[in-house]
Amino acid sequence: MNTERESETTFEEDSQPNDEVVPYSDDETEDDLEDQEPAVEPEQNRVNREAEEIQEPFKKEGRQNNAIKTYKYNVFTFLPLNLLEQFKRAANLYFLILLILQTIPQISTLAWYTTLVPFLVVLGVTAIKDLVDDVARHKMDKEINNRTCEVIKDGRFKIAKWKEIQVGDVIRLKKNDFVPADILLLSSSEPNSLCYVETAELDGETNLKFKMALEITHQYLQKENSLATFDGFIECEEPNNRLDKFTGTLFWRKTSFPLDADRILLRGCVIRNTDFCHGLVIFAGADTKMMKNSGKTRFKRTKIDYLMNYMVYTIFVVLILLSAGLAIGHAYWEAQVGNYSWYLYSGEDATPSYRGFLNFWGYIIVLNTLVPISLYVSVEVIRLGQSHFINWDLQMYYAEKDTPAKARTTTLNEQLGQIHYIFSDKTGTLTQNIMTFKKCCINGHIYGPKQVDFSWNMYADGKLAFYDHYLIEQIQSGKEPGVRQFFFLLAVCHTVMVDRLDGQLNYQAASPDEGALVSAARNFGFAFLARTQNTITISELGTERTYKVLAILDFNSDRKRMSIIVRTPEGNIRLYCKGADTVIYERLHRMNPTKQETQDALDVSLTSTLCATDSKLGFWDYLELEWKLHFDLILQSFGMLLEISVLELPTNPPIVLVLYDGNEIFASETLRTLCLCYKEIEEKEFQEWNKKFMAASIASTNRDEALDKVYEEIEKDLILLGATAIEDRLQDGVPETISKLSKADIKIWVLTGDKKETAENIGFACELLTEDTTICYGEDINALLHTRMENQRNRGGVYAKFVPPVHEPFFPTGGNRALIITGSWLNEILLEKKTKKSNILKLKFPRTEEERRMRTQSKRRLEAKKEQQQQNFVDLACECSAVICCRVTPKQKAMVVDLVKRYKKAITLAIGDGANDVNMIKTAHIGVGISGQEGMQAVMSSDYSFAQFRYLQRLLLVHGRWSYIRMCKFLRYFFYKNFAFTLVHFWYSFFNGYSAQTAYEDWFITLYNLLYSSLPVLLMGLLDQDVSDKLSLRFPGLYVVGQRDLLFNYRRFFVSLLHGVLTSMILFFIPLGAYLQTVGQDGEAPSDYQSFAVTIASALIITVNFQIGLDTSYWTFVNAFSIFGSIALYFGIMFDFHSAGIHVLFPSAFQFTGTASNALRQPYIWLTIILTVAVCLLPVIAIRFLSMTIWPSESDKIQKHRKRLKAEEQWKRRQNVFRRGMSTRRSAYAFSHQPGYADLISSGRSIRKKRSPLDGVIADGTAEYRRTVES
Amino acid sequence: MTWSATARGAHQPDNTAFTQQRLPAWQPLLSASIALPLFFCAGLAFIGLGLGLYYSSNGIKELEYDYTGDLGTSNCSVCAAAGQGRSPPPRCSCAWYFSLPELFQGPVYLYYELTNFYQNYRRYGVSRDDEQLSGLPSALRHPANECAPYQLSAAGLPIAPCGAIANSLFNDSFSLWHQRRAGGPYVEVPLDRTGIAWWTDYHVKFRNPPLVNGSLALAFQGTAPPPNWHRPVYDLSTDPNNTGFINQDFVVWMRTAALPTFRKLYARIRQGNYSTGLPRGAYRVNITYNYPVRAFGGHKLIIFSSISWMGGKNPFLGIAYLVVGSLCILMGFVMLVVYIRYQDQNDEDEDEE
Repeated sequence: MNTERESETTFEEDSQPNDEVVPYSDDETEDDLEDQEPAVEPEQNRVNREAEEIQEPFKKEGRQNNAIKTYKYNVFTFLPLNLLEQFKRAANLYFLILLILQTIPQISTLAWYTTLVPFLVVLGVTAIKDLVDDVARHKMDKEINNRTCEVIKDGRFKIAKWKEIQVGDVIRLKKNDFVPADILLLSSSEPNSLCYVETAELDGETNLKFKMALEITHQYLQKENSLATFDGFIECEEPNNRLDKFTGTLFWRKTSFPLDADRILLRGCVIRNTDFCHGLVIFAGADTKMMKNSGKTRFKRTKIDYLMNYMVYTIFVVLILLSAGLAIGHAYWEAQVGNYSWYLYSGEDATPSYRGFLNFWGYIIVLNTLVPISLYVSVEVIRLGQSHFINWDLQMYYAEKDTPAKARTTTLNEQLGQIHYIFSDKTGTLTQNIMTFKKCCINGHIYGPKQVDFSWNMYADGKLAFYDHYLIEQIQSGKEPGVRQFFFLLAVCHTVMVDRLDGQLNYQAASPDEGALVSAARNFGFAFLARTQNTITISELGTERTYKVLAILDFNSDRKRMSIIVRTPEGNIRLYCKGADTVIYERLHRMNPTKQETQDALDVSLTSTLCATDSKLGFWDYLELEWKLHFDLILQSFGMLLEISVLELPTNPPIVLVLYDGNEIFASETLRTLCLCYKEIEEKEFQEWNKKFMAASIASTNRDEALDKVYEEIEKDLILLGATAIEDRLQDGVPETISKLSKADIKIWVLTGDKKETAENIGFACELLTEDTTICYGEDINALLHTRMENQRNRGGVYAKFVPPVHEPFFPTGGNRALIITGSWLNEILLEKKTKKSNILKLKFPRTEEERRMRTQSKRRLEAKKEQQQQNFVDLACECSAVICCRVTPKQKAMVVDLVKRYKKAITLAIGDGANDVNMIKTAHIGVGISGQEGMQAVMSSDYSFAQFRYLQRLLLVHGRWSYIRMCKFLRYFFYKNFAFTLVHFWYSFFNGYSAQTAYEDWFITLYNLLYSSLPVLLMGLLDQDVSDKLSLRFPGLYVVGQRDLLFNYRRFFVSLLHGVLTSMILFFIPLGAYLQTVGQDGEAPSDYQSFAVTIASALIITVNFQIGLDTSYWTFVNAFSIFGSIALYFGIMFDFHSAGIHVLFPSAFQFTGTASNALRQPYIWLTIILTVAVCLLPVIAIRFLSMTIWPSESDKIQKHRKRLKAEEQWKRRQNVFRRGMSTRRSAYAFSHQPGYADLISSGRSIRKKRSPLDGVIADGTAEYRRTVES
Repeated sequence: MTWSATARGAHQPDNTAFTQQRLPAWQPLLSASIALPLFFCAGLAFIGLGLGLYYSSNGIKELEYDYTGDLGTSNCSVCAAAGQGRSPPPRCSCAWYFSLPELFQGPVYLYYELTNFYQNYRRYGVSRDDEQLSGLPSALRHPANECAPYQLSAAGLPIAPCGAIANSLFNDSFSLWHQRRAGGPYVEVPLDRTGIAWWTDYHVKFRNPPLVNGSLALAFQGTAPPPNWHRPVYDLSTDPNNTGFINQDFVVWMRTAALPTFRKLYARIRQGNYSTGLPRGAYRVNITYNYPVRAFGGHKLIIFSSISWMGGKNPFLGIAYLVVGSLCILMGFVMLVVYIRYQDQNDEDEDEE
């Protein structure tokens, strides 16, 4: 509550967006956005569930137990529930209605089995798929429910299964156990009942968090027997899904203790660094926050899904129109002919119009195959197969972590081929999120990468690979005092926690950067060994010394630095400070000897690189390319001594190599730098300052600002020691992937919670930004948008709505632009903030009717303005080649994605690895999670997951493109084949009195979609590839067909339908011509209905199977087998069904006895079939050939030159070795954006040796609690 | 093998050609070297076939006569007029005289043709009981519902054969007489009426019910003939192999036609002197005129036709082949021209790239 109020006020106060802070926490907006329970008085909400005294067994009944259930069906409910589920789909319902229609004898025009058999197959396939899914869920549930932990029963801890745990149970957890339910931490083996947990499963953050038990429970609930008799009473909030909020009260021993999220261990966390802990179960099973968070998966559908549905509706309308037309025809025919045809007398005196009406339904049934019954199930099967191909892809398998790619949803594959925008998280997605101490600059001397032997140092952990012997010499000799000082500072100035296990030191850092620095110091001989609340012990090159810590001036995002004030054993007081170069420079002593050198090291300018190059240009210019390839290998064999960079100049040959000595230059692409400095403080000066410090730290209002001010006073006149550089390494292949994707016309937006500088830095590193990119920041954008708004308003007026929006670019064309915008600016620009304010205002004064109307009006105006502004912003951002949003909250990430989704109508993909990306992943059309890290939440809510960012190019350019092409081809063919098949009935009706006579045998209608034409198209949908995966990756331009919906749209759909219509005409009218007069070879008349049906059916089967053969561009033996197999199957089944034997068994079910053998004996009929097939297919071939010759598509061209390209491949790949980025000046700082453990350290609660009064600030919210303890 | 097995991660996908989508495949391209020869060859082949079909169709002789008697054009108009509006029409006969100046090359087939007769009308087409026709005694007594309104007679007896198709059995009959010399006597030309149905129909699909005491009539006892029939089904012929459900006229009729204009085989002329064809001379066809067609505007025709390897006379297919073949060749040339024209341009494009 308190914190919220505070942030709101600050929010309203500052008028200018602050680039550094993350605008607001997600929860605040959640209150606004999600309509949760109205804010009733807290009191009313409180007594909702209780965990009462555990000794009373009868009260346990009816409590939620801890078993979880994610499965949908059990043995008995499977059939009814699954059928119910399936009939909720419109398509299935449609076929059910058809089936019912068919049972009405007056209108039944087809045998009952024609629809039933395919329908059952469709239902069956779907049911089997659901069953397999559900069985997997059953297994998973069982595995989790049967995990064990210790629960107090009858006064003793006993092993119990998770599912047996109930609310109110006291449980014991050991180190590395998963927490089975949401529990209240009662006590732990650690001092003050501290308990470390890793919340990776919940929010993806891998650094440890600490939870602390209440003082009272810590004191009295350590022993088994005391735990067994614990009789507290807890009131708490309703189960909800907020991970970081908990409110409740513990009533015990006639006192009440407030509970907050710091006392709660959530299900899914892992206990770390704590031998054991005890807890009381508060929420179990489905009530836990983790379970409340899961299962809310939004059902995503693809663009093609929507399109397909509309097409099915279109077809349905066509079906109704056709049926109605034919019904009218029938009524007319009956009136003209039928009524006079005595032989048709039906015994009923129905009027022609009534007969027409009946025939309408009859035709609905006959023509029902226009809407393909197996369409949906086939689409599902294809997508399932494509998903498996993704799972199986070895080139997306990350061997190091044994993580294969995984398609977690099987319904979105073809959408992968249509991506326009990618929204990427930075940390852990683009970068590895592993910090390594790379280089340092001490006293102006740069120590860089040279292999160093750390064996002289007993504390070396053997993990740091640092390459500079000279530095070691410097440390060991001690000639240069600054060097030792430098590493001492690293060892002392931090908020890292240490944990000593079997003589092994384990550091727990709030940010990986800090951990890397302390580990580096340890490897260089300055090992941080232990700390108490006010001492810190360092091993300095083997000698242990303990320093008294006088103050920790913690990091925050304004200060961008942290300092520590220590008293040396000798009694000197020193301040050590590390921080971002910009803030440190301001605070340096004027007489700073090494400032310039250090600055130079940080400011490696482009010009100097070029100068270094000049002398070598001449040499490289004249080298043949082959030679250069060769030379590169030679250089590489020199090891790390030289770095090579490629500069592309518009000369011939276009590639000029730039060489420089890697040691000369400090900042390389992804180094996060930090300046270190120190100062000596006089005793008197310190005492004075300390008084102010004490006063500030107990200030009741604006404590943080007061502290900052005090800190500022002491952090001045610093003496620069040097700088460190930590590498936040990019994942492998990130720049290549990004350039590939942007060549495929995919725009990449980076959304990160990181700072602007870091984000910009990464932008350069992954070549999203280049030196010739003009970068626009929030201010520029705001100005641009402002003028645009003004213009629009001026132009607008009354007629604004009628003027079509003209698209005018924000920027002049040409040139490369990038947008870097922070979360605060984003709010400013998108007017998020203002609505928030007005909301608050509104809540405060709702008065008269008049006023209310005014308010709604102004609200509407504001909405319109906001929309306009958003539209403008999206337009503007989309003009930029790259967009980087930094300092954005998870909510904003989702908002940005949503904006693009809404205003650009483009397909979006979000990729991320952490819990903060979940919103965005769920919002985007396709969410991709980076797996293989500890955190699983992003992966759990994603649609696809894999281990490395670089696999994205394969997922999109290969799998996505193939899936899209396959699906489009599949759908086009599917509509075609059903039209070709069904419309023959239509043409035939002109010759049979519109009587709904079918042109085929009933069995043929039954099996056509099921057996005779399904397999080849399914296989094409699974296996087809126009160009190989290598070529797909090499020519990203091929990807645009999907983005522009070129392969499946309404035009293509109608072309397919037209193709189907023409084919059906040919299929009917050529046999018709042939049958007009004919008689058989032996004089018998083969012009009977059954022979006619067989002729058309045979021609149809051959035509559609050859047609799919033409459509297939990747003929494997399976395809060939299926195509010829389908034709063979048709003839085989037909001859069986027309055989004497089956007729003797079922005379009325198989009426076509002998037709196949009699009809297909006639050469005349074969000639008819051949002609029909030829007329159907030859024009297709001609048109394809002509269009390929006249307007060859990109893919056609590449296919044409497949061989030549393959030969080139080798050569190209070697050339790629050279492509590396220019190194440029980038500076950043090495803090994560959350405060460290300073509060905890100064609180002293984690320190074993002695208890100290709790005057250290733990958190604002614990004030109440402190009072309780003290009382 | 073993080393890879040990080095593999637990979740590593299989490295097979199928899972990696590397199945060996043939990727045919619709190149000029395939398309152009295809069109030229197909065109030539089709023209060849078309010529063959055309000439063999032209070589077939046909002689047809419309005996509906609509406008008093023939002597059957008397019968037609007599039958007008009366049901059942009275027995009537008429004749068609024709002469052949030369030998009508045999074997000669005699067909009747009906026009505007919708045997392919759906409800007409299903109005039969195949179980009954295949001789199942149960179905004989209980005809299928599809047969309605010809399922049960007015007296409530099951109709055998039931249904509208059987009821509308074509019941005109023809006999052919030949006058060798002018003024000479007419000699009856033997008509072979047995081999006119499909073997499978005659032997499999249509079976008489099991005889009762060796009598077919007793087997059909308790059934009624279709209302339009003058004779019960077991009396259709005196030949025991051609009566009942296996009467060939009946079997031929029951094989419904695809289109509203259809021919059905009536008889073959292949016996005695007529095995080589019909010699020159005058002929008379005696027609028993029973079947009413004028009510629905239909026509009845009688046709003598010879046969070639491709069946009867039908110029459609030959012409269609010729047309398609020529179009193929034409298209082939168009494609060739386009190919030559654009090939250069494409090459230039690539050079520019």
